[in-house]
Amino acid sequence: MTPTQWDFPVELCCRPMAFVTLTGLDVVYNAVHRAVWDAFCANRRADRVPISFKVLPGDHEYPKCRTKRTSYEWYIPKGILKTGWMNKHLNLVPALVVVFYELDWDEPQWKEKQSECATRVEIVRQSLQGRNTKVAVVLIQKKTPLPPGEDVIASERAAALCNACDLSGKSLFVLPHTDHLVGYIIRLENAFYEHAQTYYYTEIRRVKSHKEFLNKTTHQLLFVRHQFKIAFFSELKQDTQNALKNYRTAYNLVHELRAHETNMLEIKTMAGFINYKICRLCFQHNTPLDAIAQFRKHIDLCKKKIGSAELAFEHAAWMSKQFQAFGDLFDEAIKLGLTAIQTQNPGFYYQQAAYYAQERKQLASMLCNHDSSVVYPNPDPLETQTGVLDFYGQRPWRQGILSFDLSDPEKEKMGILSLQLKEKNVLHSELIITLLSNAVAQFKKYKCPRMKSHLMVQMGEEYYYAKDYAKALKLLDYVMCEYRSEGWWTLLTSILTTALKCSYLMAQLKDYITYSLELLGRASTLKEDQKSRIEKNLIKVLMNESPDPEPDCDAAAVKASQKLWADRVSLAGSNVFTIEVQDFIPFVQCKAKFLAPSFHVDVPVQFDVYLRADCPHPIRFSKLCISFNNQDYNQYCVVEEAYQKSDILEQSSQGTMCLVPGKTRKFTFKFVAKTEDVGKKITSVDLILGSESGRCVILNWRGGGGDAASSQEALQAARSFRRRPKLPDNEVHWDSLTIQASTMIISRVPNISVQLRHEPPALTNEMYCLIVTVQSHEETVAKDVKLTAGLKPGQDANLTQKTQVTLHGTDACDDSFPALLPDIPVGDLQPGEKLEKPIYIRCGTVGARMFLVYVSYLINTVVEGKEILCKCHRDETVTIETVFPFDVAVKFVSTKLEHLDRVFADIPFLLMTDILSASPWPLTIVSSQLQLSASMTPVDQLESYVENVVLQTGESASECFCLRCPPVTNASGVPTGCYIISWKRSSPVESVPVVNTVITLPHVIVESIPLHVNADLPSFGRVRESLPVRYHLQNKTNLVQDVEVSVEPSDAFMFSGLKQIRLRILPGTQQEMLYNFYPLMAGYQQLPCLHVNLLRFPNFTNQLLRRFIPTHIFVKPQGRQADNSIAAA
Amino acid sequence: VLVSVICSPPQNYPLYIRSVPTENELKFHYTVHTSLDVVDEKISAMGKALVDQRELYLGLLYPTEDYKVYGYVTNSKVKFVMVVDSSNTALRDNEIRSMFRKLHNSYTDIMCNPFYNPGDRIQSRAFDNMVNSMMMQVC
Repeated sequence: MTPTQWDFPVELCCRPMAFVTLTGLDVVYNAVHRAVWDAFCANRRADRVPISFKVLPGDHEYPKCRTKRTSYEWYIPKGILKTGWMNKHLNLVPALVVVFYELDWDEPQWKEKQSECATRVEIVRQSLQGRNTKVAVVLIQKKTPLPPGEDVIASERAAALCNACDLSGKSLFVLPHTDHLVGYIIRLENAFYEHAQTYYYTEIRRVKSHKEFLNKTTHQLLFVRHQFKIAFFSELKQDTQNALKNYRTAYNLVHELRAHETNMLEIKTMAGFINYKICRLCFQHNTPLDAIAQFRKHIDLCKKKIGSAELAFEHAAWMSKQFQAFGDLFDEAIKLGLTAIQTQNPGFYYQQAAYYAQERKQLASMLCNHDSSVVYPNPDPLETQTGVLDFYGQRPWRQGILSFDLSDPEKEKMGILSLQLKEKNVLHSELIITLLSNAVAQFKKYKCPRMKSHLMVQMGEEYYYAKDYAKALKLLDYVMCEYRSEGWWTLLTSILTTALKCSYLMAQLKDYITYSLELLGRASTLKEDQKSRIEKNLIKVLMNESPDPEPDCDAAAVKASQKLWADRVSLAGSNVFTIEVQDFIPFVQCKAKFLAPSFHVDVPVQFDVYLRADCPHPIRFSKLCISFNNQDYNQYCVVEEAYQKSDILEQSSQGTMCLVPGKTRKFTFKFVAKTEDVGKKITSVDLILGSESGRCVILNWRGGGGDAASSQEALQAARSFRRRPKLPDNEVHWDSLTIQASTMIISRVPNISVQLRHEPPALTNEMYCLIVTVQSHEETVAKDVKLTAGLKPGQDANLTQKTQVTLHGTDACDDSFPALLPDIPVGDLQPGEKLEKPIYIRCGTVGARMFLVYVSYLINTVVEGKEILCKCHRDETVTIETVFPFDVAVKFVSTKLEHLDRVFADIPFLLMTDILSASPWPLTIVSSQLQLSASMTPVDQLESYVENVVLQTGESASECFCLRCPPVTNASGVPTGCYIISWKRSSPVESVPVVNTVITLPHVIVESIPLHVNADLPSFGRVRESLPVRYHLQNKTNLVQDVEVSVEPSDAFMFSGLKQIRLRILPGTQQEMLYNFYPLMAGYQQLPCLHVNLLRFPNFTNQLLRRFIPTHIFVKPQGRQADNSIAAA
Repeated sequence: VLVSVICSPPQNYPLYIRSVPTENELKFHYTVHTSLDVVDEKISAMGKALVDQRELYLGLLYPTEDYKVYGYVTNSKVKFVMVVDSSNTALRDNEIRSMFRKLHNSYTDIMCNPFYNPGDRIQSRAFDNMVNSMMMQVC
């Protein structure tokens, strides 16, 4: 029996192709023949016909054909299928033999050549006696043949040759050896393929013809055999549909066979073969569901057909092979484009194959546990005369025996024994691991991470059984974390238990300790007695002794490992192991906690470490130390206790360094922080088990403690509403503890006061005074007091540019001053001393600003008997609003105080300014000044009327200037100039500088008019007293103006003068018109209306005129001139 | 054989796991654990295609030679898994479905208990009894 007994034969697994032999080719010495042969074999791509070619000598002996049976009456078959049959038809018996022969049509010695060719054909025919194999002749010719029918000699000689060789015309071919060799070859092989198909067709017919001679009782096996043969020939014929159909029939026939323990293997073997063919063809036809259904049916039918109980492992091996082969077929189909899904992929079949391989191993270990005294039988019952079996699936010691009774029970026993002994030597683990790793690869592809992990665990366990502990450990260690993170503790415990065994057997100290730590921990589901055993072992290891062996280990391996452990003990190598615990769940839990999230630098930092053990026995440790990011503090946080070696197992829970299971132990530390430290963190907690003399294990918690499971536990604890039972004062509930891994060191609380005095709001551009008062309440001298004042950083960048801060308020500052004055040295402050500092701020824009006043100083203090120099500071911020001090309104009016939207050239008008105080504080207008632009001229002196005026909130100050504007050409507008107001806050502080606010005056549109009329009349009239009125008509153009003037009478007046006139005014001159009005009524009376009509300027309307001349006048009543009348009387 | 489990999101650790008979417990645990692969895949597929949100029963997760594994997932993604002997052909899909519904109801009852902290392993006599009765029915 070979180890590959269960593998399918190659001829079953290959794709059957028509077999054609080529004779008469000398491929070694003849270059032409070599080229022909190469053209046949090279580049056999899918588009070429499926033929397998073989070159054989012309006199090759083909397998002899047995004489045809005329009757099956007395024939009893000895088995289902002969082992050689498939190979025979794939590689030995050709469908077609081709005889190559070099012969041109114009061969001079034609006769001789023709007869030689006929002889060659005859020889081939002889050796194929009795077979239906076709024979064809190919003439290799040097010349390109002429088109058919043209070469008379050729057709004549061809017919003669056919006749001589007894060939049909269809079997004679010509192969001109020219440039287009490959093309000719392809045509040739297509013709061969047709011949081959005919051959296989006749073969199928031949096998079918046997059927009628068969009967159901004696020829059951032949039904299967014939059906299989038909299917196989169909495959050779490339008729896969019929092949499939026939295989299916064959499959059903196999299961109809009478089964018995003796022929069970044969039936299963054949069923397996046929099933393989069916599945293969189904995949090929792209009907994978059919393949799966067939396979399921096959397994269901065969699952229970165990056969001989003593050889039950054979059944498991066979099952395993079935699954594996199907997995391979499935995988191959996927490679060719089939898509598989998560729940239906080759992985499942490999997994099942592995499962049966495991079963095989178990059965083998059960059935083949022979004593070493049992020797392999001699003569070997598995030896056959030929070295191979005649029929597939038969027992070598009783080949061809169909009887169900055992003729020779002794021989049978020997046979079974030899099979069992052979099975003993099979490397089962190797087979299992291969299958598992196949499955792993598949499940990885189809998104089954958990299945993959599970299979890897199995692989690890198999490696463990195979005593490859290193590989086992590697695999187990790799998947452990998956189970840990998902919280499947039972599975994790089982994996850890195996891993612990591996590490014990390899005497891997660190691994052994790590797994022990976790198996003792709270995630382990081991029983107490197991934990107790592991803990004792762990303590032994820590005391530099060998641990007791793990249970259920191989005895020989234990022996070997004990020696390794002994070596480890004697070896004084590195005995310190640092174990990072956050990746697993050790039996010691740790939580570190600063008592507050922040500490002042002058207060000692308080820090607690809580420890708790989950192991069954109390455990001592030798040292607890904490590392901070500032290493200087580490020395303050160390607990150490020396103990005797023997103490470690002592049951008493005395001593500070002993952890009692289930109890929380607290360690308190206190230290003074360094003044330069801010924002400090605990980086790790180290707990040292063991002692320097033995082995030493450093458990290292990164951060403030906590391991792989603790975050989930903390979450659960936080959610829980469960009331915790009351504990004595000195104990705490583990779950209620929270980790506080970092604390902030903040500066000492300052003991000074900072006050700000100012009068908000600030006015734009003013030097705003902010008085800072610093008073020390310290008990010692505050040294190196520094003041930082100004705009608080981090506000709008524009504010920084529009804000200036200075210490000197007497003169206005410009833009070059900074927005923040940092670190102004102030000197020392004695206890109780008070210091005042004015700060001036200029705000260029309105809006709110935040100002910062920051006072820092140094002071000596004593903490825990240690003198430290603390830096303290106090800051104050204030938000100051900036507002405009006043609003300035400017307007243009005519001399009649009427609003002007435009002014007339050369005609005087008034500019009125109005300053309205918006400041909540009184303002002093120091002076004002009008700066006119060149295009404006003042009519009279420009002097300020508001000098030294004090404006309260809401009060306003107005000024009026008379101006005139010469005619201009541009119509868009003329700049007026600017108005400068010098002002300050009316404050008692004298030094407040004056602020100049410049207001740019609006542009004004200047228009020229053709005629200007101004009236010269008294300010009032009196009833019945003459009122002389003089109108001046002034021509402002360069033209002579025709003017029509008329005066409309009024009820209130009589008048004398020209009522209607037409006159001419020369350019630049003026005409005077004099009227004497005689008021008749008192009151505000309308004057007789003057109409002026310019003939050249129809646009000049009376409306415009009204702007210049008064329309009304106040007429006083006639006074009673008492004195006069009396005098008159 | 019947194993029933409840797993809680997001870690997928078992809240409750019980198998009869107990001798091959570890294997069932592995079977249940691996079946979560399929559950996860089905849940993610559910997210994509807007299937009926009320249908919580996932059906047969995957067939093995010896067992059938069924799944069920609640709207809050709590997963229920049942493993049944594949030789037990008497068990119909509808019965499995109703068993899951029973499990779900019992689980809901537990969640309604104010003293139960979601995420803790389930320790409830009522739940045990319900599972027992179910196992009795199947085995």
